[in-house]
Amino acid sequence: MRTRALFIVGLIIVMLATACGGQQQAPAGGGEAAKPFRIAVVMPSATTDMAFSQSMWSALKAVQAEMGGETALELKYSENMFKVPDAAAAIRDYASQGFNIVIAHGSQYGASVEEIAKDFPNTTFAWGTDVNTFGLPNVYAYTAAAEQGGYVNGVMAAMLTKSKLIGVTGPIEVGDAKTYIDGFVQGVAAVDPSITVSKTWTGSFSDVALMTEAAKTHIAAGADVLTGSSQSVVGSIGAAKEAGNVLWFGTQQDQASLAPELVVASQVYDWTALIKQMIANYKDGKLGGITYVLELKNDGLKIAFNPNFPLPADVKAAAEKAIADIKSGAITVNP
Amino acid sequence: MTEILSAAVIVGILTSAIRLATPYLFASIGEAFAQTSGVLNLGVDGIMLMGAFSAFYVTLHTGNVWLGALAAMAVGLLMGLLMSLISVTFKAEQGISGIGLYMFGLGLSSLLFKVLVGTVYTISGFPVVKIPFLSQIPYIGQIFFQHSLPVYAAFLLVPLAWWLLDKTTWGLKIKSVGQNPAAADSLGVNVDRVRYFSVCLGAVLAGLAGASLSTALVNLFQENLTAGLGFIAVALVYFGGWRPLGILTGALLFSVVNAFQLWLQVLGVNIQSDVAVMLPYLLTIAVLAFSMNRVRQPAALNKPFERGEN
Amino acid sequence: MPPNLVAAKPILQRKLSIDLKDVLFRASLPLLAMLAALVIGAVLLILLRANPFQAYAAMITGVFGSTSGFTQSLTKATPLLLVGLGICIAFRASVINIGAEGQIILGALAATWFSLTFRHWPGWLLIPAVLLVSFLAGAVWGFIPGVLKARLSVNEILSTVMMNAIALQLMNLLIRGPLMDPAGITAGTYLAQSERIPEQAWLPRLVPQTLLHAGAILAVVLALLVYIFLWRTTIGYRIRAVGLNPDASRYAGINVSLYQALSLTLAGAFAGLAGAVEVIGVQHRLLEGITSGYGFSGIVAALFGGLHPLGLVPASWLFGSLLVGADKMQRAVQVPSALVDTILGLVVLFVVASSLLSRRWSSRRTIELSTTEEANS
Repeated sequence: MRTRALFIVGLIIVMLATACGGQQQAPAGGGEAAKPFRIAVVMPSATTDMAFSQSMWSALKAVQAEMGGETALELKYSENMFKVPDAAAAIRDYASQGFNIVIAHGSQYGASVEEIAKDFPNTTFAWGTDVNTFGLPNVYAYTAAAEQGGYVNGVMAAMLTKSKLIGVTGPIEVGDAKTYIDGFVQGVAAVDPSITVSKTWTGSFSDVALMTEAAKTHIAAGADVLTGSSQSVVGSIGAAKEAGNVLWFGTQQDQASLAPELVVASQVYDWTALIKQMIANYKDGKLGGITYVLELKNDGLKIAFNPNFPLPADVKAAAEKAIADIKSGAITVNP
Repeated sequence: MTEILSAAVIVGILTSAIRLATPYLFASIGEAFAQTSGVLNLGVDGIMLMGAFSAFYVTLHTGNVWLGALAAMAVGLLMGLLMSLISVTFKAEQGISGIGLYMFGLGLSSLLFKVLVGTVYTISGFPVVKIPFLSQIPYIGQIFFQHSLPVYAAFLLVPLAWWLLDKTTWGLKIKSVGQNPAAADSLGVNVDRVRYFSVCLGAVLAGLAGASLSTALVNLFQENLTAGLGFIAVALVYFGGWRPLGILTGALLFSVVNAFQLWLQVLGVNIQSDVAVMLPYLLTIAVLAFSMNRVRQPAALNKPFERGEN
Repeated sequence: MPPNLVAAKPILQRKLSIDLKDVLFRASLPLLAMLAALVIGAVLLILLRANPFQAYAAMITGVFGSTSGFTQSLTKATPLLLVGLGICIAFRASVINIGAEGQIILGALAATWFSLTFRHWPGWLLIPAVLLVSFLAGAVWGFIPGVLKARLSVNEILSTVMMNAIALQLMNLLIRGPLMDPAGITAGTYLAQSERIPEQAWLPRLVPQTLLHAGAILAVVLALLVYIFLWRTTIGYRIRAVGLNPDASRYAGINVSLYQALSLTLAGAFAGLAGAVEVIGVQHRLLEGITSGYGFSGIVAALFGGLHPLGLVPASWLFGSLLVGADKMQRAVQVPSALVDTILGLVVLFVVASSLLSRRWSSRRTIELSTTEEANS
């Protein structure tokens, strides 16, 4: 009997909580003067992944700081949404809460965006990486031409390797993990076709232990320059650091902080320009229908040279020439 | 393909394998203690994650890897107590308690990482210690005697666990409660206490397995650092037939094949990378299936003990 | 033998007089355990400077306060129920199937491949065919560990853990190879996804603007069929007998290994169906991460449902609601998603621990009942 009473008391508490919560939420959703611009983002991995999700989250944070903090730009996030139905629910939720822009930061969210965007014609949706806006006027698609920065990194790597052996540690040969490395290989070949680029794929985006061992294997085989993609490459960087004399090229995020003495440069995805353009367009009444490609040309891709690494002048010059050539179209890098 | 048979590559494969086997040895031998006493703990991965985070966090802030290892053991012990409380005292279904423990460990370690650390840092973990003289032996020295301390510890654990299980009264008690708890009980063995001890010992070792990752092998922490390694560790206990030597064989087999497939890829052998990654899993099943020696599992494994029930 | 069965036996004998108080109590215990776990979760929420009342209110209104939340919990419950049915059959034969993740992948692969290859078939033919093919593909992935156990006594925990990894790599191989979306190759994005499957292969939606699809009904019907199979057919009876007492079954002339292999095969088949339903009901294409971890959460759902096909229906819905509500909570108070996992882990631990109290209670009730009956007679 006592337990049942307890249960009822529990239920009452829960109901009370529901009521309280409802009251607290009400004023927030009311909407008064000086409303901030509101952006919500749904991401497949954590905001601290040192890779894809973090690149978007830090861009949003940077735009927020530039616009004047939370009063000017309200940000909400859902991370680790690797389950598409959950992500779809989150996207729909944010849209119905009246967010101005909802960013679905994962190529797996496309179908959900296509469906939901039709139901919220006054909300801007952005999704990537892909190029398909489904012909909808309120959808942006964005993607990163990761092969471009890969090419630049490849040029530098080819000039810095002494053993003529470069190691690539990748997760699965798909998406920008593939295109970055394809570009990298082209960059190396452009400098010196006799250099061997050997690739390992661990079959997982998250297996740090295997990624570390893959990097150690490259080093044991004689590689003195490494690169790679995905959140698990932090393991490769650790392995390079342990070896001491092996250089690293990063992508997606600036990875210099992980090994300041070894990271030569990182290709950085900079989404701030995209975000700012979307906000400006929204205010002008244009909600989407645009495919946005992060490129070196539009400063969406940047090569972040590590200031702590003593990069020889000729290598830096070659890298800058490669950047200029890709921007001008003198070099085309195939994904 | 001929390159793969060169001495340098074989030394490389075996050196890698020794490193790769380290976390499995800690975790699997720990799990063997728990299972021998009759408790199936599927939550090893969650304990490893908590151990890995604690070791990383303490090392990051104190700069002392030993304190880190100690923290991993303490946190492992706490997770072990939680598992024992639920599966021994509350006699819950062990499979599901383990999965609950895994979810809890995965969630809490990620949460703590996010709140207390925030982003990925590399730390200087246990340094490589070259054993004097032995490390000078050609080939052998490089393969076995140029590693960090947790690697040596993992391999020393094998004879230690064998001695503990086969040669001491404690070992006998652990086996008896795993085989026939009712009989052990009637002989005056405190079944619950022995199971608590075994599960907690296993959890401490799982904590160390995590520490060996975050402070010796990869020297960093990230959400879900183990990526399911703990489940493989549980599988290897079955491969090894609950005997430390068998577990050593299983862990080495799995790791040698894993190192081998990495070298296949590095040397550019024409094989799909996914097929290469599959190899250790395929071979572990195949070797077990076609090896003739079979061990019966502890009779009371996965069965909570209640007095007067049997 | 699953301990729940041990406890259940005396009740089954006494079940003729349905005692409302008993049922109420047994149903409320897991709920109380869940509440206790949520209280600890509240402490964590306070530590993260989030308002626990607001958080849990969002959790409850998130599921029960709107059509979208409610249908979402049912959508989520569907694969959990399908996987859980398989887990339940295996557990009944005393086989622990950790391999549902891999079996889901096989089902999803088969569904994608089949619906893309036979894209011109009409829906009334294509959908049943896809379901059948996925059922078989999952069955194969369960049959392998089953036969390894029966013929070569390879422990199923080992083989299913390994088979999960193998299935994952198989999917990687296919998704970056023959199954990769040609549009992604043309656009140079090389995304880890297949082409979208033809529209007539999609399971019909039950509520517009939601993801709830006909697979939910299929799953409930199958739960009923599994119940009939296990309790009303000879094969089902033998599967349960093998689980209850393998030695006695062997003496009774039942081929224990055969029935254990059969139960693993069926477990795989149901997980395969879950994979198919995710592809043709929800995603409409194959994606990296298609399993969503249902292979593990399905085990939890199965045990919450007392390893009974009919108990699984409410249990998987409850668990689905919990997952959906937890996500809503994360959105409402903006806490790291890891907190949600932590709280879910605590809920599982608390609920599973509460089963002892429930067993103690029922055995006491049984004794009470028999004594009162004796007194009455």
